[in-house]
Amino acid sequence: MTDFLSKSPRSTLSRRDLLRGSAALGGVAALSGFPGVARAQSALTVGFIYVGPRDDFGYNQSHAIGAAAVKAMEGVTVVEEENVPETIDVQKSMESMINFDGATLIFPTSFGYFDPHILTLAPKYPDVRFEHCGGLWSADKHPTNVGSYFGYIGMGQYLNGIAAGHATKTKKIGFVAAKPIPQVLLNINSFLLGARAVDPSITCQVIFTGEWSLAVKEAEATNALVDAGADVITCHVDGPKVVVETAAGRGAFVCGYHADQSALSPDKYLTGAEWNWAKVYTDMVSATMKGEAIPNFVRGGLADGFIKMSPLGPAVPEAGRAQFEAVKAEIEKGGFSVIKGPLKDNAGNVVATDGQAFLETDPALEGMAYLVEGVIGSTS
Amino acid sequence: MESDLGLWAIPLAVIGGAIRVSTPILFVSLGETLTERSGRINLGLEGTLVFGAMAAYATAVLSGSPWLGVLVGALCGAVFGLIHGVICSIPKVNDIAIGIAMMLLGTGLAFYFGKPFIQPVAPDLPAIPLGWWSDLPQVQAALNVNVLFVIGLIAALALAWALRATRPGLILRVVGDSTDAARAMGLRPAMIRTMATAIGGAFAGIGGSYLSLYYPGSWNEGISSGQGLMAVALVIFARWSPINCFWAALLFGGAGALGPALQSVGVTQGYYLFYAAPYILTLGVLIATSSTSRALTGAPGELSITK
Repeated sequence: MTDFLSKSPRSTLSRRDLLRGSAALGGVAALSGFPGVARAQSALTVGFIYVGPRDDFGYNQSHAIGAAAVKAMEGVTVVEEENVPETIDVQKSMESMINFDGATLIFPTSFGYFDPHILTLAPKYPDVRFEHCGGLWSADKHPTNVGSYFGYIGMGQYLNGIAAGHATKTKKIGFVAAKPIPQVLLNINSFLLGARAVDPSITCQVIFTGEWSLAVKEAEATNALVDAGADVITCHVDGPKVVVETAAGRGAFVCGYHADQSALSPDKYLTGAEWNWAKVYTDMVSATMKGEAIPNFVRGGLADGFIKMSPLGPAVPEAGRAQFEAVKAEIEKGGFSVIKGPLKDNAGNVVATDGQAFLETDPALEGMAYLVEGVIGSTS
Repeated sequence: MESDLGLWAIPLAVIGGAIRVSTPILFVSLGETLTERSGRINLGLEGTLVFGAMAAYATAVLSGSPWLGVLVGALCGAVFGLIHGVICSIPKVNDIAIGIAMMLLGTGLAFYFGKPFIQPVAPDLPAIPLGWWSDLPQVQAALNVNVLFVIGLIAALALAWALRATRPGLILRVVGDSTDAARAMGLRPAMIRTMATAIGGAFAGIGGSYLSLYYPGSWNEGISSGQGLMAVALVIFARWSPINCFWAALLFGGAGALGPALQSVGVTQGYYLFYAAPYILTLGVLIATSSTSRALTGAPGELSITK
């Protein structure tokens, strides 16, 4: 309902301003007889598109921080548009960035932008590079000017789970989730498995809200989780602010997601899994400016600096700190598996046999469609 | 938090959800009832709700006083209502079109001015702990009733009485039912409708302040998710009666809490369907109460949708 309401104007120069400006400059150049360039041109124009507001304490903020780092680079112009729904609107936004702003590298950051929107435009603009966050690019199916990048943030949720496992008294933890897509399911499973690394009797209740950003429903879900006895809450929604504030208000501990939310509740905040897009984006942009190709499939974890953890809060006990740091060091060393056998899903099917382990880099994890044993919830 | 309520968690969550979620819907539908009883439709209340939420939050952040925020929210709502009312007083202006324009203006302005206030944390409105008699933390949490909810209930009762039994109420109804009769009585319909729209806007502004200052209790651009529009539609459902608005808002809030509550007790299949519960409920009640012989009972005669 609100999709058509939430479109806000481009934060930088509008296309009209740009056209007017370049026309005026062109006129001046023609009058004075200089055949020179009509408008100042930077080496590279980069576009960023967000599905929500740039300062939502969450997903979009994490990308906007990355965009700000790109903006600070020499010779780069950044155009941004926020509140762009995952509909035909994003195609219009991308075309406007390409045709009017001259963007040749575009970061449409929301999951739903990929198919069909990026896949529609990419063949039409072979000289533009589309870098999509989270989409599963594959060489035999998708155009070569499309790339996908993502971070193994499930590891961060595993570490969240370890902190949660030490903080919970009721042995029940809660997860407010938006939609049952693979990335969200991996986060839920990792959160529980992290907690079970502390105490195997812990269970995790999940509530799906059905949308990436629904403030009232997220608050209701958080209340329902606390009512059901969960005393540590984390989430995977676009803006965790409502979940964090509601959970802390009900006296539950919180693990953050996307960005650092510790400022919202310093006492109840245990730790959080954060994106570190600034590194990813500046790397990609400087590679492009040097004329190097960006790989079509980019992934990274804690060790690569794609993700990071919020500093541990005061509520995490000493034993928890020790285990948290030890596991974190082990993950950074490489070769660590969260999903490893013997492991069943919560319907009793075997998802990993004894001795089988999925590394964080395993593409099979990006097609996850199950919740592991101990998670109370369903994917449909 | 040790106690496990089992299936009792569901009715408790529905009651708690009804109390938590209903207040903004109640205020918007009361405001819209007042406006529509004067013979005008203000579809812009969704925008007023969002702007009221932003203005109240910003005021609370800057001043440290949530009550001052509620006041500013109400004032901003009244200004939006006044603009709608004045524009619609010009002959041949369609109130529905202006309403849609005001809705877009309200949300747009709220997003624009609200940018710097997404990050800061504002003080919350106080709640009355009506669950003190229970040892269960769930019951205590569900019965934490916000002062604005109580004010909304009193306002509904007062409005119902005023419309039925007072001279201003009678004037409002005359203007709403027949412009000609009102003119013959020496009343000024355009003026009265503008006033009614402004007061209705103030109600919606208060509803917005509840959203940002109590529940969910923070300002962001998705705070309303269409609740203002639903509340305007609920007025038809409530047959233009303030008391019915109260019940309709409770029903809507409670039905909205059903989805998360069912998932929390382990009924996890088909949650998308449960989330549609409020709308299915609305459809069901509308069909059940509809009649072939009497159309839209209680509808003011001058409303542009019934003329």
